[in-house]
Amino acid sequence: MKRIEALLIGGLFAAGSACAQETFKLGVVSFLSGSAAESFGVPAVNGAKAVIEAFNKGQAPAPYNKVGFGGVRIEPVYVDENGGATKQVQELRNLYDRDKVDAVVGYVGSGDCLAVAPVAEEMKKFLILYDCGTPRIFEDGKYSYVFRTASHAVMDNVALARYLKARSIKAGSINYINQDYAWGHDSRNDFKAAAAQLFPGSKAQTDLLPKFGAGQYGTEISALLAQPADLTHTSLWGGDLQAFVLQAGPRDLFKRTQVVISAGDHVLPGLGDKMPDGVILGARGAYGLMSPKSALNDWWWKLYEDANKVYPVQAPYRMVQSLLGLKLAVEKAMVANGGKKPSPEQLAAALKGSEWESPAGRIRMNLADGHQATQDTAIGRTKYDAAKKMVTLVDIQRFPADCVNPPPGVKGEDWIKGGFAGAKCP
Amino acid sequence: MKRTVWFGVSLVVIFLIAGLLLPKWLLFLCTMAAANGVVSLGIVLLMRGGVVSFGQGLVFAAGGYAAALLSNKLGVTDALLLTAAGGAAAVLMTAPFAVLLARYRGIFFAMLTLALSMVLYGVLVKMDALGGSDGFTMSRPTLLGMKIADAWSGYVLYSIAVVATGLLSIGARIYFDSSRGLVSLAIRENELRVEYLGASVTRVMAANFLLAAFLGGAGGALAIMALGHIEPNFSYWTTSGEFVFVAILAGHTGVLGAFAASFVLELVRSFSSSYFPNTWQMALGIFLLIVIRFFPRGLGSLIKK
Repeated sequence: MKRIEALLIGGLFAAGSACAQETFKLGVVSFLSGSAAESFGVPAVNGAKAVIEAFNKGQAPAPYNKVGFGGVRIEPVYVDENGGATKQVQELRNLYDRDKVDAVVGYVGSGDCLAVAPVAEEMKKFLILYDCGTPRIFEDGKYSYVFRTASHAVMDNVALARYLKARSIKAGSINYINQDYAWGHDSRNDFKAAAAQLFPGSKAQTDLLPKFGAGQYGTEISALLAQPADLTHTSLWGGDLQAFVLQAGPRDLFKRTQVVISAGDHVLPGLGDKMPDGVILGARGAYGLMSPKSALNDWWWKLYEDANKVYPVQAPYRMVQSLLGLKLAVEKAMVANGGKKPSPEQLAAALKGSEWESPAGRIRMNLADGHQATQDTAIGRTKYDAAKKMVTLVDIQRFPADCVNPPPGVKGEDWIKGGFAGAKCP
Repeated sequence: MKRTVWFGVSLVVIFLIAGLLLPKWLLFLCTMAAANGVVSLGIVLLMRGGVVSFGQGLVFAAGGYAAALLSNKLGVTDALLLTAAGGAAAVLMTAPFAVLLARYRGIFFAMLTLALSMVLYGVLVKMDALGGSDGFTMSRPTLLGMKIADAWSGYVLYSIAVVATGLLSIGARIYFDSSRGLVSLAIRENELRVEYLGASVTRVMAANFLLAAFLGGAGGALAIMALGHIEPNFSYWTTSGEFVFVAILAGHTGVLGAFAASFVLELVRSFSSSYFPNTWQMALGIFLLIVIRFFPRGLGSLIKK
């Protein structure tokens, strides 16, 4: 009797450990509620769901065609990023300690990224930051377990300024309207510094910093119209950007000044014909309508569009590029670990300094000692296509990663102010 | 008073032993519950005098930023010292307003404290040297000159929080039972009569405000040591609102209620967010409604029974 019991218990344990071996638990953190949910969080999570399902069925194109991660099924755990950095620190600890996830991919907010990176490092757990912009994470800190699989925000405004220069767009005077928080301040400062380099005589005029989430821009639009400049730069996003475009459109702001938006492609499907023609905008990468033609991109575009009835923009692209990189890293680390699920150390060693193809082009982990990615980007100009009933982007210009990202070991801000030393532009 | 001290000390010891058995995530949750609970204890202290501060985020942030800056810029890393410094900084920061605020009651007091906390929030967001709205990180503190080992950091930070909040709670209980503390209750009932009996209402209220500030500042310092990152949201009105909610949940009778309520809130938030990632706010809201419906006088009333 005792022996049977022991056998049973042994069997249960074996089954338990076999189950634990069978899946790769992946925490996915993004905004499911709050102001960044509609523009970034939910599309990114929808992208993650579609891609993870395709991975688990082994339907992704080579070299991503292994089932799950190296034959191990992926079991995602989704967490809401809303609620502030304090809550995120707590939730990340819960993911690692309570849910026992093997890796976490997440975070849109720069404040959240700055808060969670030291936590993952302290716990010695694997963390990929997939979207947040601030260069401070790897410029001020040094991490072994934390990675960012997308370019930081310096690229966005440098590319924007280079586009204006390449197309000889007049930039004698520049107005600014950016949100009054770190992203808005940093974007404005980066563009100002880049404009000072590329358009030496240009002068900054009105510099507005409306509150984050203001929603009403009547006063600001009046101020911008009172002294129209050649250019009006903005890093507004999401609901704020939509509100600004909707309110500024009827007042002819777009006819009296060239508006440039550092990250604006995510509002195009929603705004439709309310988006004026001729606005110059970026997408924080060669994403959406500016994505390069490739078999991988076609597969991804169709996968996302079939699942969500809308084409993929910035946020889902950033999500898929991080998951593709993670997949290759896990599979590489599994080989090194004799086919077993890798440890965070083995994972980190595999991702560090690696390169992979994404729908938006090649991602290279070449900054911050192999922990920070650089990627190509593109800038385009809006044009409404009445036949297709959608905003299209024309005059698209691509910028290779080396042209718009600082070289290793140089801080983004210093790189711009030093005249983009080491940039390799075609 | 002797009984209070013995009771408090034995509770602290029990929690210290219990901490050895808790899983890591629960240990961290308890640390945060203790840090937040002590801020709410400050509101409970104010509530005994009949006012509620909707701006305790002010002292929470003041304590947190003071501790983080002391550690980053001046190299003061001792956890206990930082906790005390956080409390002291919050007192210093609120001292100029104490006498002014002591003359206001009800909604006016609540709104003035809220305004002050939002002023601090606005200033912090603008200060790029302090990381603006992204905030900045602080490295792990030390304890009595010793470095805290990685494996034990969770437990040690928990112990620091338990001991510090334990001491502050014992102090608060003694204050509640002292004649001065009891005058607060009398003020709540009838201010005019207290004045006629010869006590200075303004002085008591100002002292209460500063004591609450010390508790809030110490809570902020404990929170930042556990979190390792601080941002202006510490002073945002939603943070203050949570403290008020915990205080109402706790009721104004007891000290333990504040910590029990804080713990319950953290626990519900954590599990609702992991089981209902899309609707965790609603789950939290329903829980809060149920509590208000069935325990209108707070969880503290349960402990009393």
